[in-house]
Amino acid sequence: MSKVLIIAEHDGSSLNPSTRKCVSCASEISNSEIHLIILASDISNLSKQAASIDAVTKVIAIEHEIYNKPLTVNIAPQIFKFANEYTHILGPSTTFGKDLMPHIAALLGVNQISDIMKVLNSHQFQRPIYAGNVILTVEASKNHVVVATVRTASYKAAKENNQAAIEVFTSNIQPLNHTHFIKHSSGSSDRPDLQTANIVVSGGRAVGSSENFEMIYKLADVISAATGASRAAVDAGYVPNEMQVGQTGKIIAPDLYIAIGISGAIQHITGIKDAGTIVAINKDEDAPIFEVADIGLVGDLFKIVPELHELLNS
Amino acid sequence: MKNVLVGLKRVVDYNVRVRIKNDGSGVETEGVKMSINPFDEIALEEALRIKEKGLINEIIVISIGPSESQQQLRTGLAMGADKAILIETSADLDPLTISKIFYNIVERENPLLVLLGKQGIDNDNNQTGQMLAALWGRPQATFASKIELNEKKATVTREVDLGLETIEIDLPAVITTDLRLNEPRYVKLPDIMKAKNKPLEIIPFTDFKIEVKNTLKTINIEPPEKREKGIMVNDSQELIYVLKEKGLL
Repeated sequence: MSKVLIIAEHDGSSLNPSTRKCVSCASEISNSEIHLIILASDISNLSKQAASIDAVTKVIAIEHEIYNKPLTVNIAPQIFKFANEYTHILGPSTTFGKDLMPHIAALLGVNQISDIMKVLNSHQFQRPIYAGNVILTVEASKNHVVVATVRTASYKAAKENNQAAIEVFTSNIQPLNHTHFIKHSSGSSDRPDLQTANIVVSGGRAVGSSENFEMIYKLADVISAATGASRAAVDAGYVPNEMQVGQTGKIIAPDLYIAIGISGAIQHITGIKDAGTIVAINKDEDAPIFEVADIGLVGDLFKIVPELHELLNS
Repeated sequence: MKNVLVGLKRVVDYNVRVRIKNDGSGVETEGVKMSINPFDEIALEEALRIKEKGLINEIIVISIGPSESQQQLRTGLAMGADKAILIETSADLDPLTISKIFYNIVERENPLLVLLGKQGIDNDNNQTGQMLAALWGRPQATFASKIELNEKKATVTREVDLGLETIEIDLPAVITTDLRLNEPRYVKLPDIMKAKNKPLEIIPFTDFKIEVKNTLKTINIEPPEKREKGIMVNDSQELIYVLKEKGLL
């Protein structure tokens, strides 16, 4: 019998889809009881959303103004207090979870498994290393709590037809005043979220400028796609950092991924390997992206992208 | 004396296509180009810039690994670090043990800042900085793309999934670096010569009396499943036709 605690990621008003993906991963651990913990400054809405997720048996909700912003320094000690009741503690492999979970693991004196992509049994897991070029199977000690992040691209979000019990706790953590949130900024758009979109259109260095990226955005908009980019395009300053797809950016798994002017460095490929269908458009027929593409088109993106836009728009 | 500790891990070079050893025991590193982990190189570059602004006096680079890691430390010294420490071990230590070693060195050197790469490009763990912050009980700022330092605090811009987040942390603290923090400098030949005279201390890992707690064991290493070879289309029209046939548009 396993008892799994999942740390919910949220923005203060709604749960991040990564939380439901963690639930799907936890459901692969047979005979497991799944609890979800929410730390927020207002738990009312979030705990209802959490309780609706299938396979969750209990929601633990902790309301405190220090959880207004998700600072690891405040969250980790609270999770530590609950830890000894559980066999597994999971969080998403998003920047939220990557920041938090190793900190929790160190407080508990255990190692952490990064990026679970497959559960073999309650204590054996697969994870990628070397930018996904090697798959490791690791076995965790049964004498210790398993702390891990879940590679969200490997899991579909759990459905929401549930009504789990909600238990409210008060926090007795003394906030440490050495870390303060100042601000958050994003190149926000109305497009779908890159990490959950069904279709993603990405551009690479060959797109050439931030002005030229407009045509990538326009194409994305006619097919309701999210937009992404290679590291080279982000480094060149064509697009903001949150669009980066790859080993050190976002790992995504859309149904359709369209790579435009992206040569396909291994570090980029690792971010898209789980896509349903990969389309590559590149003028270099020897570009490595064609080795992983399901559909390839060799040609000039400055001709093809406007053509696609026009054909799809009509 | 204000100093900064920077971790430099020896890893298979960014451009090498890794291969699993024939006996399946690990990844082939024999005869393969090894380099400083790219994120660690960015951490060192940032430390150099902080020192050039006069905010610190000394940069200590640290590597934990085999004797050959001295090469990466010498490169770090040539880039401009003042001294180097190698904690020598042939074992592939886990991030918790690594962070315990760093914590030991932190207690000895009393740094203003520990700058680490956000992840090693070999094991892709992304853990050591966060673990060190937990053991040390000091602030952590991960995935930094901008660092502004004064005597007591650092303002750090972090690359997060939804854009950029700025936090302010008290020093001392742990900061881990992301790709766009800076572009590391090239090493010049005279600096390589000069680096030969800089101090490089070697401490056997066993001197630390740290118990290695193997809570995780690797039981298999294999290549990933390959995607099947796809098809080529001739033009935009055919591409859209194929995607519509597959029900994707």
